[in-house]
Amino acid sequence: MKIVVCVKHVPDATADRTFTEDGTTDRTSVDSLLSELDEYAVEQALRLAESDADAEISYLTVGPDDARDALRKALAMGGDSAIHVSDEGIEGSDAFGTSLVLARAIERHGFDLVLCGMASTDGTMGVLPALLAERLGVPAVTHLEDLEIEDGTVTGRREGDSATVRIQGALPAVVSVTDRSGDARYPSFKGIMAAKKKPVETLGLAELGIEAAQVGAAGARSAVDTATRRPPRTKGEIVADEGTGGIALAAFLTVKKFI
Amino acid sequence: MAEILVLVDHVDGAVRKPTLELLTLARRLGEPSAVFLGPGADRATEVLGRYGARKIHVVDAPEVDEYLVTPVVDALTQLAERTGPAAILLPSGPDGKEIAARVALRLGSGLITDAVDVTAGPGGPVTEQSAFAATYQVTAHVTQGVPVITVKPNATAPEAAPAEPVTEKQDVTFGPPSQAVRVLSRTPRERGDRPELAEADIVVSGGRGVNGAENFALIERVADALGAAVGASRAAVDAGWYPHSHQVGQTGTQVSPQLYLAAGISGAIQHRAGMQTSKTIVAVNKDADAPIFELADHGVVGDLFAVLPQLADEIERRRS
Ligand SMILES: Cc1cc2nc3c(=O)[nH]c(=O)nc-3n(C[C@H](O)[C@H](O)[C@H](O)COP(=O)(O)OP(=O)(O)OC[C@H]3O[C@@H](n4cnc5c(N)ncnc54)[C@H](O)[C@@H]3O)c2cc1C
Ligand SMILES: Nc1ncnc2c1ncn2[C@@H]1O[C@H](COP(=O)(O)O)[C@@H](O)[C@H]1O
Repeated sequence: MKIVVCVKHVPDATADRTFTEDGTTDRTSVDSLLSELDEYAVEQALRLAESDADAEISYLTVGPDDARDALRKALAMGGDSAIHVSDEGIEGSDAFGTSLVLARAIERHGFDLVLCGMASTDGTMGVLPALLAERLGVPAVTHLEDLEIEDGTVTGRREGDSATVRIQGALPAVVSVTDRSGDARYPSFKGIMAAKKKPVETLGLAELGIEAAQVGAAGARSAVDTATRRPPRTKGEIVADEGTGGIALAAFLTVKKFI
Repeated sequence: MAEILVLVDHVDGAVRKPTLELLTLARRLGEPSAVFLGPGADRATEVLGRYGARKIHVVDAPEVDEYLVTPVVDALTQLAERTGPAAILLPSGPDGKEIAARVALRLGSGLITDAVDVTAGPGGPVTEQSAFAATYQVTAHVTQGVPVITVKPNATAPEAAPAEPVTEKQDVTFGPPSQAVRVLSRTPRERGDRPELAEADIVVSGGRGVNGAENFALIERVADALGAAVGASRAAVDAGWYPHSHQVGQTGTQVSPQLYLAAGISGAIQHRAGMQTSKTIVAVNKDADAPIFELADHGVVGDLFAVLPQLADEIERRRS
């Protein structure tokens, strides 16, 4: 089984992230790393490979030069090879541009299963897996809290908008997993060393047959007008409980008309 | 005025509150047309009309419940091609966002997800979103095709504007089964006596400090005294103390109530991502250095097992 795991290199979510003047994510002021939510997809791929000797895992990322770090981190956790799509023309892409690039790279490589995280921790749209399935013409078995692959089908539990459902689709398919699918492993020292020797292929738009106008800021279908920092919340009154903390809180809630 | 398509979120014809919010927002942009998929449309007509739907497009096909997402994408795309709307509004959520993205891709349209406000601008709808764990506020607009926008619950208060809706039954052709995802079973989210988390005006949440499933009764007691929904941190959910559908945060539900009460919650960035746009925030935590106090309008440094029962008693006393 040929597995492609899509991983994104994102600004550290625990740092103070900012926008640049043109409304895009500022990637220079904070460290970037493999999106935590994509580690769950890496983990599921590695678990599948443990019970399938023919499984072959490749990681795929679309992003600037340093996005390679995300691939190295994933390779250190396990897996076989990686593809890095990097091209100046991709900068400023929206979900449609990014999904086109990912889909072309996946088709070029070949796949039985595409695994994604539930959402990127910077864009947080959670739509890329569905867009990939739409472009590839395969089932989107997304937002899974657990997954099982048997007889050429993927089955799993999904917490949807108003119901929990058990869903099933036939392979080849695009699957995304949530942070409830199982804790991701840490890379071992051996894994980190081994990752350095695993092949990473670099591709540009030309190799994927994509025109510059289809992606990047030129191809984007929406535009950010303003990005302003919310005024920080002003810290209110913090009182130590000396036996009447609950009463003081009730008094505050009364002033605020909640009681 | 052009139609604004609004995808109705319902359970067997019982319309959920976010749909009424979408109809309210849609009236700012054009004439709202509700898109009702599945059975039970007759039960929804009155309420959809009350909130301003001029038309109700009904697609009553079994595929809508048998398969995930794609039948709705087929229906919405074909309706959009038929009616030429000025915008399409959907509820934010895993289903709504995936539907929206695929419809936008097929229509050659731009997409905006998780809007917290939508207004009419000179060149079409202007949206407001939160970014980076709600530390930023972003305004944006779609530059290509029919704007497809998903809107978070509580973006606006539903306002009635009675209309006499015309119901139009619509035929739709569904895509190839090879691309379909079958729904094997469906367990609708339990609708308890408390308000729904995403829609509630007040949310009372418990974290690791609650220290056990049985102690969540205390959180529930305070919630009931205030008429609130119950929330939980991921630590409490992971420990199995409260169901995941109540998780507040980056990978749970993002709430923006009038009042958020956090008890035994430290205030990690992923938790804050789901609650820091709340109007008023209060916290009870025994650690004076807990980051949640940075956000709190009123904080009590103390043991929640002492503070919360006293709070519940005092609310009941003041109410009587
Ligand atoms: C990818 C990712 C996604 C995540 N998504 C979410 C999410 O959606 N939602 C979420 O909540 N978290 C999320 N997290 C987890 C988050 O990082 C924190 O681990 C989590 O929020 C901690 O929960 P907590 O505050 O209940 O527990 P802790 O951080 O352990 O805090 C417990 C607090 O309770 C206080 N306390 C203990 N006993 C008492 C007492 N008797 N009285 C009063 N106070 C007491 C302590 O002082 C402490 O401050 C995510 C993490 C990752 C990596
Ligand atoms: N630039 C990218 N490169 C590789 N994978 C991506 C990229 N962007 C998004 N993904 C994948 O798509 C998922 C959902 O992303 P998003 O729709 O942006 O929230 C992520 O968890 C990744 O698995």
